Amino acid sequence: MNKYNFAFFDEQSKREIRRALLKAVAIPGYQVPFASREMPIARGWGTGGLQVMLAIVGKKDVIKVIDQGSDDSVNAVSIRKFIKQMTGVLETAETSEASIVQSRHRVPEVPLTGEQILILQVPIPEPLRETEQSELRAKRLHAEKEYSGVWLSLFEQIMKYGCTATGADHPTMVHERYVMSPSPIPRYDNRKLNDCAALILFGAGREKKIYALPPYTKVESLAFVDRPFVSESMHGKICRLCGAEGVFLDESVQAAGAGPFYECNDTGYCRQRQSSKSRLDRGEKSGD
Amino acid sequence: METNEGAVLSLQNFRKQFGSGCEKCADLDERHLQRNYCPNCRTTYACADLSLDLYGGEILGVVGESGSGKSTLLRCLYFDEEASSGEAFLQGYKSGQVNIFTETGQQKRYIRNYHLGMVYQNPYMGLRMSFSSIGNIAEKLIAAGGRSVDAMTGRAASLLHKVDIPPYRFLETPATFSGGMQQRVQIAKALSNNPPILLLDEITTGLDLSVQAKVLDLIKGIQRELRISMLVVSHDLAVIRMLAERTIVMLDGKIVEQGLTDQVLEDPQHPYTQKLVQSLL
Repeated sequence: MNKYNFAFFDEQSKREIRRALLKAVAIPGYQVPFASREMPIARGWGTGGLQVMLAIVGKKDVIKVIDQGSDDSVNAVSIRKFIKQMTGVLETAETSEASIVQSRHRVPEVPLTGEQILILQVPIPEPLRETEQSELRAKRLHAEKEYSGVWLSLFEQIMKYGCTATGADHPTMVHERYVMSPSPIPRYDNRKLNDCAALILFGAGREKKIYALPPYTKVESLAFVDRPFVSESMHGKICRLCGAEGVFLDESVQAAGAGPFYECNDTGYCRQRQSSKSRLDRGEKSGD
Repeated sequence: METNEGAVLSLQNFRKQFGSGCEKCADLDERHLQRNYCPNCRTTYACADLSLDLYGGEILGVVGESGSGKSTLLRCLYFDEEASSGEAFLQGYKSGQVNIFTETGQQKRYIRNYHLGMVYQNPYMGLRMSFSSIGNIAEKLIAAGGRSVDAMTGRAASLLHKVDIPPYRFLETPATFSGGMQQRVQIAKALSNNPPILLLDEITTGLDLSVQAKVLDLIKGIQRELRISMLVVSHDLAVIRMLAERTIVMLDGKIVEQGLTDQVLEDPQHPYTQKLVQSLL
């Protein structure tokens, strides 16, 4: 017996979050403040993404939840279980079958379609935070399109390390207006945000901000003219499970002596490739 | 109104008040004020209707005791604080036809980045202490639209060289520098975009004498070489005597005397200036 309203929230709460979402879609890259709710998980553990999910999920949706590319990590499993318990919707591990994908720090390898929505969990939505601690002043800088601080952070990295050293969360310029934190996705995923067919929603629960990229928004990764943006190189590395090349791989260390091995970071994608490979091996034709 | 002929900066009836003001003190009548303070409405008039002109290539000294409004004047000109009323015109900005105090935040930032350079008394105000020295100078270049790393590091290095910072310390943070070095990095930063006007606020206060001399030499050299106009605020008459051709004496937010520096210091007219000059050791 479920004593909670559909999707955990009362209807007024959902409405408030949806209003913030509409505004966010209307102004791509702009951080809309919203009344972040208390959730049954701690702030900073994906409450932003979860609240966005609960506000938009409908009875016919099929959901996929990933954490750092994995469908099976504790965080992904408990969030998925919670949504299922509160809504009764179907779940999947395959990106192409999902209508809503909630993700922590990865954009799935399978290209998203116009029928899908990607929700990204955001720890720190403010790209100016490193150089401007005051929220009020940061808002003013956004209003005046004054992003020297973000550029300065990148410049300082080049001075220190010889190249921009954003391991993840490399700042992006949205539609030539707002500089936006793409959430801590690897630089490899930044290009997937540009001109993406799916609607992408960002939720930061602890920081109480929502922002969005409507389909086919121009998203540029910030780079100096003489230091082009480079994503992580996966050149010459192959997933040992499915043999995929050119995708985002995790590096693991083996016992002494042997070199490191690589596996797809996106486990759903890897599993799908493995199963279609074994079908082919058994002589079945794909699509049968 | 517009700039007087030849003036790169023209300030007219500039006022900065802290407090709302009341009927009694609105006209700044001295009978109702205790120095620059209105006891009735508790308003302080830090700068009370100042007018001044700064001409191309000149160094204008501003002297006065602590609390006379010198620093407030510079802070308002650099938009760190908002002017309460009055007008300021820059020859190089929209041909000196527009009051810069009433421009939008975006335009004010533009003026700051392209037309002005500021050196604060305390380097912590003007520098990011946890960023490299080169990064500090690049900040102003970035703000003015610089997007080439090589061009900016080149410019920053040549400026740091000019102010005598050894190359092996270019990548270090100013937090690890001595006071004199920090001040020189600030000067390099202020010069980065070749501003026509430099605002200097007590730049040698707190430095020892030999370092003071070095910084003053640098300023004098820059003025000779680049013909930058400067507004130099100081309470140190020796600094003013060395740098400034013309001097303004401020007291309680008002200009009480102005003229050629020699004239003001050798033959002071206002009682306050006389006291000031006489108290010089």
